[in-house]
Amino acid sequence: MSFVMPNFLPAVPEMFVLGMASVILLLDPFLSERARNVTYLLAQATLVVALLLTLALTGEGTVVTFSGTFVTDPLANLLKVSVYIATFAVFLYGKAYLQARNIYKGEFFVLALFAVLGMMVLISAHSLLTLYLGLELMSLALYAMVGFQRDNGVASEAAMKYFVLGAMASAMLLYGMSMVYGVTGSLDLSEIRTAISASSEYGVVLSFGLLFLLIGVAFKLGAVPFHMWIPDVYHGAPTAVVVFVSSAPKLAAFAMLMRLLVDGLGGLAEEWSSVLALLAVLSMALGNVVAIAQTNLKRLLAYSGISHIGFLLMGVVAANGSGYSSALFYSLTYLLMTLGGFGLILIMSRSGFEADQINDYRGLHSRNPWLALMVLMLFFSMAGVPPFLGFWAKLAVIQAVVQVDMVWLAIVAVVFSVIGAFYYLRVVKVAYFDAPEVDTPIAPPADQHWLLSANGLAVLALGLFPSWLMALCAAAIPG
Amino acid sequence: MSFQALLFYALSALLLTGAGLVVSVRNPVHAALSLVLCFFASAGLWLLLEAEFLAITLVLVYVGAVMVLFLFVVMMLDINVTRMREGFIRFLPLGTVVAVLSAAFMILVVSGPYFGLEAMPAPPAKAADYSNTAELGRQLYTTYVYPFEIAAVVLLVAIVAAITLTLRRRPNTRFQEPSLQVQVRRADRVRLVSMSAEERK
Repeated sequence: MSFVMPNFLPAVPEMFVLGMASVILLLDPFLSERARNVTYLLAQATLVVALLLTLALTGEGTVVTFSGTFVTDPLANLLKVSVYIATFAVFLYGKAYLQARNIYKGEFFVLALFAVLGMMVLISAHSLLTLYLGLELMSLALYAMVGFQRDNGVASEAAMKYFVLGAMASAMLLYGMSMVYGVTGSLDLSEIRTAISASSEYGVVLSFGLLFLLIGVAFKLGAVPFHMWIPDVYHGAPTAVVVFVSSAPKLAAFAMLMRLLVDGLGGLAEEWSSVLALLAVLSMALGNVVAIAQTNLKRLLAYSGISHIGFLLMGVVAANGSGYSSALFYSLTYLLMTLGGFGLILIMSRSGFEADQINDYRGLHSRNPWLALMVLMLFFSMAGVPPFLGFWAKLAVIQAVVQVDMVWLAIVAVVFSVIGAFYYLRVVKVAYFDAPEVDTPIAPPADQHWLLSANGLAVLALGLFPSWLMALCAAAIPG
Repeated sequence: MSFQALLFYALSALLLTGAGLVVSVRNPVHAALSLVLCFFASAGLWLLLEAEFLAITLVLVYVGAVMVLFLFVVMMLDINVTRMREGFIRFLPLGTVVAVLSAAFMILVVSGPYFGLEAMPAPPAKAADYSNTAELGRQLYTTYVYPFEIAAVVLLVAIVAAITLTLRRRPNTRFQEPSLQVQVRRADRVRLVSMSAEERK
């Protein structure tokens, strides 16, 4: 058996993040409580340097290394860069929240960095083995982060639910992987693809394998009917963790979907496309309808996230290059909007006050007009009102399904986005037209305020000039 | 029937009996011990497949470490068996449906033409001095070095997560420190105050 020394260069960002996470893990116990900012700054610096490293390696094109277990391509680079940016924003948004609740600890940053590493492995996976290991690395760190606030019973319950259901989903995924491995005889995604296109007699085993893989992926994305954990986890976990769970891991789950279904099982597109269409319709329907009844903003955003996943899946249903790039565009748009939505809750909250009820935002306009404007931009974008970014994302996925003659799906999407507009606009109405309960002006910390402003303005600016981000997404998807 | 086939059927019967006992016996300690039996039987099956390293590791790690720990946990927890069985009848229909469906899946998948001896013929037997362990090590550190390292990181994260979730320092908890108690001096406990005598009225 001959062994070729792997090309280590494409994995330098992974190695760097792993090294820094270990350094921070070792350094943190020696810091006093007052010096915790050092941990925070080191974690942020890690993300910035990883971003630069990944950008420096973008010229490499598509490289498969480590005996076919690792791949780097334009899609991987774009998703990794987005994960770094999202995590950077999460740390910045969450800092004051964590400090106020006495959970500003080194473990938070270490676990988050390990989760980022897991996402990077998942995004760059080129074999079922690395795909599963990356997923587990990410999920394990997330389970612990959800239960991070140990004195909080609701958070512990959420962590337990997340862990048990997540373990179930992992088992399903593994079961599906074992069937795919059993019939194709390979863990390597491109070899699986060749094996499937070479022979058409795998039939029932491959279909069952595909079904179990889809269940696992749908759980990680939070698509109906595998969404049960999302509202409870978002409601129970500390908001600084929720902003993380709801943002970057969704990108990783999208990468998993692309790697498994497109890179690996692309030959079965007809089979998985109809299942995904069903998941998309169910997610859009349940997410948008149940969100109307919510009074808790975190639960509302949870159901809104479920419906966004439905829209995202529509792009993949089209099963062609423009469909995938529209789904990628949607996932990046969702990332910006969910960061802004939960970032707003983090900014409004203070010690002993979670700011997670919609009524807490009454009369925000008279208390802080700039924050109210940000609410307006973010929620209009989520509702899909032009000229904000969310409109273009919805338009792109709807175009993608119309192009493949699935007009019924496009009509369903439009109907549910109109229903969804109701609860988004209600939040804007509460912020602008209801009388405030207290008149004290809100003065958020400067760094968070800048970040939220940048976040809101990005939704507007990218909405006015969407072609740049669209071109980036189109370039990331080959073919 | 060859001796190998006889061994295979004997070990499989043992494995299935053990697995059945795990879910059917009332006493949790007996269930854990039945699981140990399952592990031994599957280790035997692996030996038949000439995977001697995996067989020994299964016994060492699962029987030697995991199940012993598990037994300790089962013995220390006061598990109320009757409460655990409360929902049995209520969930029986759903459980039956799930069990029948999964069994049907399994039979459909495994009994098809894909996994028979024709589709996957037995590989030729290796020479007597062939080292399974050395070959596994070589594979792990060459072809599979990247997944191997990631698995190591997963274990590290598990340690960090477990410590984060369980270690707590309680500065307010009162506890005895015998060394300080022994060293205590009279002056630490008793304060002699000299007061001027008061006049009796």
